Amino acid sequence: MEPIELEAAGMCVDSYGFAVGMPQLCADWFGNQIFWLLLALISIYLILTRLALPRMTAVLAERSGTISNDLAAAEDLRRQANEADAAYNKALSDARAEAQRISGEARDAIRADLDAAIAKADEKIAAKSAESEAQIAEIRAGAAASVAEVARDVTGDIVAALGGKVDQTKIDAAVDARVKEG
Amino acid sequence: MAEVVAGLEPVEGGGLSFHPMDQFIVQPLFGEAGDPVHWYTLTNAAFWMALAVLCIFGLFVLATRGRAIVPGRMQSVAEMAYGFIYKMVEDVTGKDAVRYFPYIFTLFLFILFANFLALIPSAFSPTSHIAVTAVLALAVFLAVTILGFVKNGGAFLGLFWVTSAPLAIRPVLALIELISYFVRPVSHSIRLAGNLTAGHAVLKVFAGFAQVAAISPLAILGVTAIYGLEVLVAFIQAYVFTILTCVYLKDALHPSH
Repeated sequence: MEPIELEAAGMCVDSYGFAVGMPQLCADWFGNQIFWLLLALISIYLILTRLALPRMTAVLAERSGTISNDLAAAEDLRRQANEADAAYNKALSDARAEAQRISGEARDAIRADLDAAIAKADEKIAAKSAESEAQIAEIRAGAAASVAEVARDVTGDIVAALGGKVDQTKIDAAVDARVKEG
Repeated sequence: MAEVVAGLEPVEGGGLSFHPMDQFIVQPLFGEAGDPVHWYTLTNAAFWMALAVLCIFGLFVLATRGRAIVPGRMQSVAEMAYGFIYKMVEDVTGKDAVRYFPYIFTLFLFILFANFLALIPSAFSPTSHIAVTAVLALAVFLAVTILGFVKNGGAFLGLFWVTSAPLAIRPVLALIELISYFVRPVSHSIRLAGNLTAGHAVLKVFAGFAQVAAISPLAILGVTAIYGLEVLVAFIQAYVFTILTCVYLKDALHPSH
C-alpha cells in the first residue's frame, strides 16, 4: 500500500492507512458521525410516528376487536346450539308421549272390540248349549217313555208266555213303579 | 509498520499484519482512502446507519403493509418488537410514560439494527463509536433532566435528597446521588460502545490468528464462538440501553424514591 501524505490522512490513521490507537476516539470524525446519526434518528422517528406506529396500533386494535367479536359470536352460536338441542329434546319427548298416547288408544280400541266379540261369542255359546240341553232332555224323556213301553210290551209277552192272564192295568202299574225306581 | 496495534511476525514477504481496530476507521464511501471527512461526507458510518434505517423501514412499513389481522412472519416480528418495548416502557416507567414510547422505540430500533448489521462480515459498526453512543446517551440525559424539571419543578431535586435516610447522612447521600446522576450518561454510552468495540476487536484478532496455519482451526472455532456471543451481545446491549433509558425516565417522572 502506498503511504498517504500525513496531512491528508489526518491524525486518525497512519501513513499506511491503518488505525492509530482507537479510531473511536478520533475527534476528526465526530462531526460526520453525529450529523448522520441525527439524520438516522430523525428518519427512524418519522418512519415510526408517521407510518409504522399508527398502522400497528390500528392493526392491533382491529385484531383485539376481531377477537372479542369472534368470541362473542362463538358464545352466541353456542347459545343457539344449546337452544336447538333443547328444542330437539323437547320435540323428541313430545313425539314419544304422542306415540304412547296413540298406541294406548289403539290398544284400548282393540281391547273394546275384542271384549265385545268375546261377549257375543259367549252369548252364542250359551244359547247353543241351552238349546242342546233342551234337546238332550227331550231325547232323555223320549228314551225313558220308550223304555217303559218296551218294558210293558215285554212284560205282557212274558206273562202271556208263562201262561198267565194278561192284566194290562196291573202290568202298567208295575212297570211304571219299576221305571220310576230305576 | 510502527502503528500496528497488534501484530505477529511477518509470515510471508509482505508482512503479516492484523489490525483489529481498522474496522472502526471512518472513511468516505466514494473517493480515495484518506480523503478528508467533512461533517456532510457520505462515509461508511453514514452508509451503515442508512442501512439500519432502511431495514427498519422494511420491517415496520413494508412488512406491515398488508395490515393483516392474522400477521405474516415479518409482521409478527414487527409486532413482537413493538409489544416488547411497549410493555417495557409500561412496566418500568409507568402507564403515563407511554407517550414517550416512540422516542424510546426509536433508540432501541436504531441500536438493535446497527448492532445486528455490524455483525455482517466487513461491516462497519456505528454503535461502537463513542461519538454515536455519547450523542444517544446525552440526548437521553438532557431529555430526562429537562423533563424532570418541567414536570416536577424544584421537586425534581428530591431525587438527590433521600428522605428515607437519617438526616445526618442525607448530605453525603445527596453528593453520591449527584455524582451517580452525572455519571449516568458516561456509563450509558461507554457500556454500549465498549461492548461492541471489544466484541468486534476480539473477532478480528481471532480472524488474524487464522492466518497461521497451525492454529487456524482453533482460531476459526474461536471466531464462531465469539460470533455467537456477539449476536447475544448485540441484542442485550440494545435491551440494556433501552431499559436504562426507561429507568432514567421513571426518575424524571416520579423523582420521589
